[in-house]
Amino acid sequence: MEAGTPQAVKLEDLHLPGQLSGRKHILSILVENKPGVLARVAGLFSRRGFNIDTLAVGPTDDPSISRVTLTLDGAVHPIDQVTKQLHKLVNVLKIRDMGPEETVAREMALFKVSSAVENRAEIIQFADIFRAKIVDVARRTMTIEVTGSADKIEAFERMIRPHGLVEMVRTGEIAIARGSD
Amino acid sequence: MQSLKAEGVKEVFGIPGGANLPTYDAMVDADFRHVQVRHEQGGGHAAEGYAKASGRVGVAFATSGPGATNLVTAIADAMLDSVPTVFITGQVRTDLIGTDGFQEADILGATLPFVKHSFQVTDARQIPEYVHEAFHIASTGRPGPVLLDIPQDLSRADIDYAPRTEPVELPGYKPSTSGNIKQIRIAAKALANARRPILYSGGGVINGNASEELRELAASDRFPVTSTLMGLGAYPASGESWLGMLGMHGTVTANYAMDKADLIVAIGARFDDRITGKLDEFAPHAKVIHIDVDPAEISKNVGAHIPIVGDVKLVLPHLTREYRALQTDSSRLDDWWSQIRAWQQEHPLYYEPGKDGEIKPQFMIEALHRATKGDAIVTSDVGQHQMWTAQYYGFEKPRHWINSGGLGTMGFGLPSAVGAKVACPEETVVCVAGDGSLIMNIQELATCVTEEIPVKIFLMNNGYMGMVRQWQELFWDRRYSSVEMGASPDWVKLAEAFGATGLRCDNSADLEQTMVEALETDGPVLLDVRVAQEENCYPMIPPGQAARDMVEAPRAVR
Repeated sequence: MEAGTPQAVKLEDLHLPGQLSGRKHILSILVENKPGVLARVAGLFSRRGFNIDTLAVGPTDDPSISRVTLTLDGAVHPIDQVTKQLHKLVNVLKIRDMGPEETVAREMALFKVSSAVENRAEIIQFADIFRAKIVDVARRTMTIEVTGSADKIEAFERMIRPHGLVEMVRTGEIAIARGSD
Repeated sequence: MQSLKAEGVKEVFGIPGGANLPTYDAMVDADFRHVQVRHEQGGGHAAEGYAKASGRVGVAFATSGPGATNLVTAIADAMLDSVPTVFITGQVRTDLIGTDGFQEADILGATLPFVKHSFQVTDARQIPEYVHEAFHIASTGRPGPVLLDIPQDLSRADIDYAPRTEPVELPGYKPSTSGNIKQIRIAAKALANARRPILYSGGGVINGNASEELRELAASDRFPVTSTLMGLGAYPASGESWLGMLGMHGTVTANYAMDKADLIVAIGARFDDRITGKLDEFAPHAKVIHIDVDPAEISKNVGAHIPIVGDVKLVLPHLTREYRALQTDSSRLDDWWSQIRAWQQEHPLYYEPGKDGEIKPQFMIEALHRATKGDAIVTSDVGQHQMWTAQYYGFEKPRHWINSGGLGTMGFGLPSAVGAKVACPEETVVCVAGDGSLIMNIQELATCVTEEIPVKIFLMNNGYMGMVRQWQELFWDRRYSSVEMGASPDWVKLAEAFGATGLRCDNSADLEQTMVEALETDGPVLLDVRVAQEENCYPMIPPGQAARDMVEAPRAVR
């Protein structure tokens, strides 16, 4: 008998693995850099009823390959099914489900805040605490660039909103594995 | 053209138009047969029928714009039934793309949701490479439709063609084939411990040419076998372990057996909603072994306890060998079989026989079986006649039952019969049609006559779109809405107008003889069979209910 195969398989011992992970997933997807590939990926999500939380697309070190980084909620979607469907797209080369422990994930956001003279100092202070940068100052508004995890950006948003948030733009997360992996 | 020939293409279906003129010009000198259909949808279904009957890739051509959009139904149909097909559409000239030019339609965009893959040619030199990749993708792994869209100016460009010597390699496409041996061993051991096992076979066994392998597995220990609509013929209807089709209009025995089974072996099947009925009450006692070449099918609808990703033709012999190597006691299945035999005794397929010469639709299919000696390639449209054919024809061999299962496309029968006959000219090809469906692609009768394709159409004429009428009767308080066919054509005259032979039968005593006459008449024949009008198709799992809630045909009190 070969190693790894049990002597007997009793039906009552067979169980199904859980379908939902219950956490946020970051999928890092390498695709061929060809016309229409993003439409294939996005179309797959919409027709299968999978809801994308964020989506970021950009080049890689190889010009023939692009990277799609997307986040979705593993409490709602069976991630296994999502990745298997993605793998069926011929232009999808590799999919990596980035575990939160072994991943560095970053997002950038721009906040336009109304800044009267009296609260300007306080806004600058918040920006300092979050290691954010003030990238534009006008008579009535300031624009602040924040980089960090999605949590950090959301925390900054909560802090700044009472001061009069005019507009917010977020890139969606990108991620890379920690260490040499 | 040379690329197509290199792929072994001998027959194609299609219609020329402005944007594919260069291709059709090349067709004049190419030595393969082009079947000129009368509507692109017909061409698409013919390519499907060709592929389903022969296992070879079916090819259909259409021009840009409306030609291409007319193919869309056939492409979607081929996707849902995993039919190896390549669709080649013309496109407007490169400089016109995106300008809403004459007969421009974004066919690539329109078909994205239901192609296995598609190619937009942007440089003439890509054409040979894309053709080979298209055939490779269409025919390997889980088969499916591939679209190749070629702008007019690129299809007329002269390029050098070098025959391909190396196999197609695509970095993002590696269909897994042999199956994990460890998983197969676990599956064999689970089978050895099962007391109420059932083999649930699907269209994948037909597509994977694994009929023999399925029969071997079934024979290794009296395993009962059921099959989906798409899998009929993989296991013979006369076989000892055959329970009949399962699902919405399957046999009571097959559905009860799934409901009570302790181990379901799903082979090239996908737990479609027409199989499971109410999903959370489906097979409550069963563990599941799921064998499929497409990993995304495994645990999609019903969780698999033992998943095996692989080509059924390779996995099944492994499983049979591993099972045979185990010490098993066949008598553990005795109780299960006595239960199954009791169900079969109590709940056979049943219909109230027709009186005074009335032709019951079920009787018509039984007569067709006798007239064709059960040996014909049978295509069908979609509806009651399709279900009755599936129930009563008794398919013995794979690739002899060709119908639209996943998409459920009315009007599929005649054009797919055209394709099947072109693929298998030696075989008798019959189309069981419904009067609601047949008229949707009746123009292909002209193809049959002009191209000398002698298909025999057996029209089950009940004056209704019967399945919709049945649902309106049973679930919508008999409020019939747009289901009567009204002034249907005189089918005999219609057939004659096309240059085919038209026959009619309205008496059960003459039916079989008239069918034989139709089969023996040269050329295409349409036999208009007037059947009982308001017959319902039973047994039936009412929509949204569980298998054990099956409803059987009411019996007249004796």
